[in-house]
Amino acid sequence: MALLEVRDLTVVFQRKGEEPFRAVDGVSFDVEPGQTVGLVGESGCGKSVTSLAIMGLLPKRGTKITGTVSYDGTDLLKLSDREMRDRRGRDLGMVFQDPLSSLNPVVPIGLQVTEVLERHRGMARKEAMIEAKELLDKVGIPDPNRRLKEYPHQLSGGMRQRALIAIALACRPKLLIADEPTTALDVTIQAQILSLMKELVQDLGTALVMITHDLGVVAGLCDEVNVLYGGKVVEKAMRHELFAEPRHPYTHGLLASIPRLDAATHSKLTPIKGSVADNIPWSQGCAFAPRCPNALDVCVRVTPPEEDQLGRLLRCHNPVVPGTPAAEEVRA
Amino acid sequence: MSETLVSVQDMKVHFPIKRGVIMDRTVGYVYAVDGVDLEIKRGETYGLVGESGCGKSTLGRAMLRLNEPTAGKMIFDGQDFSTLKGEELRKMRRRIQMVFQDPLSSLDPRQSVESILVEGLRAHDLDEGKESTSKRLRELLTAVGLPTTALRKYPHEFSGGQRQRIGIARALALNPDLIVADEPVSALDVSVQAQVVNLLQELQEQFGLTYLVIAHDLAVVKHISDRVGVMYLGGLVEEASSEDLYAEPLHPYTRALLSAVPVPDPVVEDRRERILLAGDLPSPANPPSGCRFHTRCPWRQATKCDTERPALRELKPGHKVACHWAEQIQSGEIQPHEVKPILVEESDGLSPDVPLVGPASVTEALNP
Repeated sequence: MALLEVRDLTVVFQRKGEEPFRAVDGVSFDVEPGQTVGLVGESGCGKSVTSLAIMGLLPKRGTKITGTVSYDGTDLLKLSDREMRDRRGRDLGMVFQDPLSSLNPVVPIGLQVTEVLERHRGMARKEAMIEAKELLDKVGIPDPNRRLKEYPHQLSGGMRQRALIAIALACRPKLLIADEPTTALDVTIQAQILSLMKELVQDLGTALVMITHDLGVVAGLCDEVNVLYGGKVVEKAMRHELFAEPRHPYTHGLLASIPRLDAATHSKLTPIKGSVADNIPWSQGCAFAPRCPNALDVCVRVTPPEEDQLGRLLRCHNPVVPGTPAAEEVRA
Repeated sequence: MSETLVSVQDMKVHFPIKRGVIMDRTVGYVYAVDGVDLEIKRGETYGLVGESGCGKSTLGRAMLRLNEPTAGKMIFDGQDFSTLKGEELRKMRRRIQMVFQDPLSSLDPRQSVESILVEGLRAHDLDEGKESTSKRLRELLTAVGLPTTALRKYPHEFSGGQRQRIGIARALALNPDLIVADEPVSALDVSVQAQVVNLLQELQEQFGLTYLVIAHDLAVVKHISDRVGVMYLGGLVEEASSEDLYAEPLHPYTRALLSAVPVPDPVVEDRRERILLAGDLPSPANPPSGCRFHTRCPWRQATKCDTERPALRELKPGHKVACHWAEQIQSGEIQPHEVKPILVEESDGLSPDVPLVGPASVTEALNP
């Protein structure tokens, strides 16, 4: 049994007088210990809401969450607030996108690290401080003794993200969820943080859920990749298979629209036409159909079922045939 | 008509750090741009890359005189743009237009698209009667791929990609020679990024524009630029044609930067070697002596690096680099070594030789 099993997770936001909005629509995936699973997609595809739902961090009012999130056999969605608080930080760690707004600006870094240790591991302050120092050392913060006494604004962006990772790892959680951990950082710092996370997963055997919009990050880090579009997983495959042969037109289109460092200069990009605003609801057909170069008549009438094709899950009526070049150039 | 459209000579932008209420003293400077020379040829795309805080945006703004440069000049089409004043400056500005990063905050939310586009035309006396203007507006919208019904709408009614198209149409309206695009696609989703990148390229072919593209995304810059300049802490460290730069980076910083960019291909990702830079960008208020990069450079040598600032020199035709040891690094004579990260002081940029006297703030003045 996998460490984390997410089944049919659906999150519906309902506001008074407005149509309910399905942010996440029946997402399922497994994470094994020591494995890195990626959730990829553009803004609004539901990847962050998925992570917040797993962590139990969505507001109670106006939110309807269905499905199961079983962690080590227990359904996290059924736990009370108090039970969830005990698990968050101890069994489940989370790293957020913007380190400045997720650290408390008026509390020194040291206290923010020891807080977790005292709460979950019952350590005394002194003991926790020694442990905190080791943690900061492990995530590569130079001169940790001094940094422990400093406030978040005194640290650079990369250092803050390292501190946040140290806090997330303080109790050696078996599962770490990273929501765009490097998006706010420069490329050279991003490379530092990614290699640090890779190391930690290898050394500690932590399971990692990596949420990102950057296919380059996924290519280097994740074992299994889930591509999300409009709240549903449209393609799920191991990374080598996915990048070698993207089958869903959306995955295919994404890869064709990214300029690559190792491509010839002045080669034309093939963008995906339109924008997310053109989506149709999944209940009517395929949400991607209005933007899809492969769309058939059936795509706007019938919701494509999730099919298992040679070890990958695919939700498409007319997938890309392997070996074909990028779809016909479309002018938006 | 000369081949060079823009020539920037020894451009410097230093922002003063002020202290005190009554006695407003300058206690230091942030050396945002510190001596940059570059040339942009007519019809080419020059890409300026670097990490945040390297001064690339400030350089772009200083060229347009949105920030007054501290020193140096910019020659635009044979005329010294940096000394122009009043009416002459205003007229010249028609020929240099800018596209900004955030399309929503750079468009007035209370102006319709029509009024946004007409404003520039009126200011430069290009509004010749209703008919010709409305024809011109329709041309513009077609050029950037928006429907003509867009004229009556307001910026909030558009998606991010469409807003960026409006920003581009506004720049295009005045028939400029040079368009400075500061991070034109970084606020957009990947699938939309490609649309805007392609649009910029099409417009260049159609109207013979010259671009200065400022961006942090190396892949995007490589894709659209003919020549690329790499900036680090206020100075250019390398400049080459985009093929050469990516095929054979000569400066240690460029090498590290290129090796850090993730490529969406697991086969490439598993094979490639990463040069991980230790530590963070030093503060531009207190830049390291000598070569700015020596504190993080894996190829740093015992001599010269920390004492002498390397000048940009031409190593190969069209390939300039600011490194004392570029030849030796390239031939493999000097091998990289490990670098210990140096603590970057988040200093306030105060130089130690200015004595701190008097109150620093109103509260300090009232409660001594």
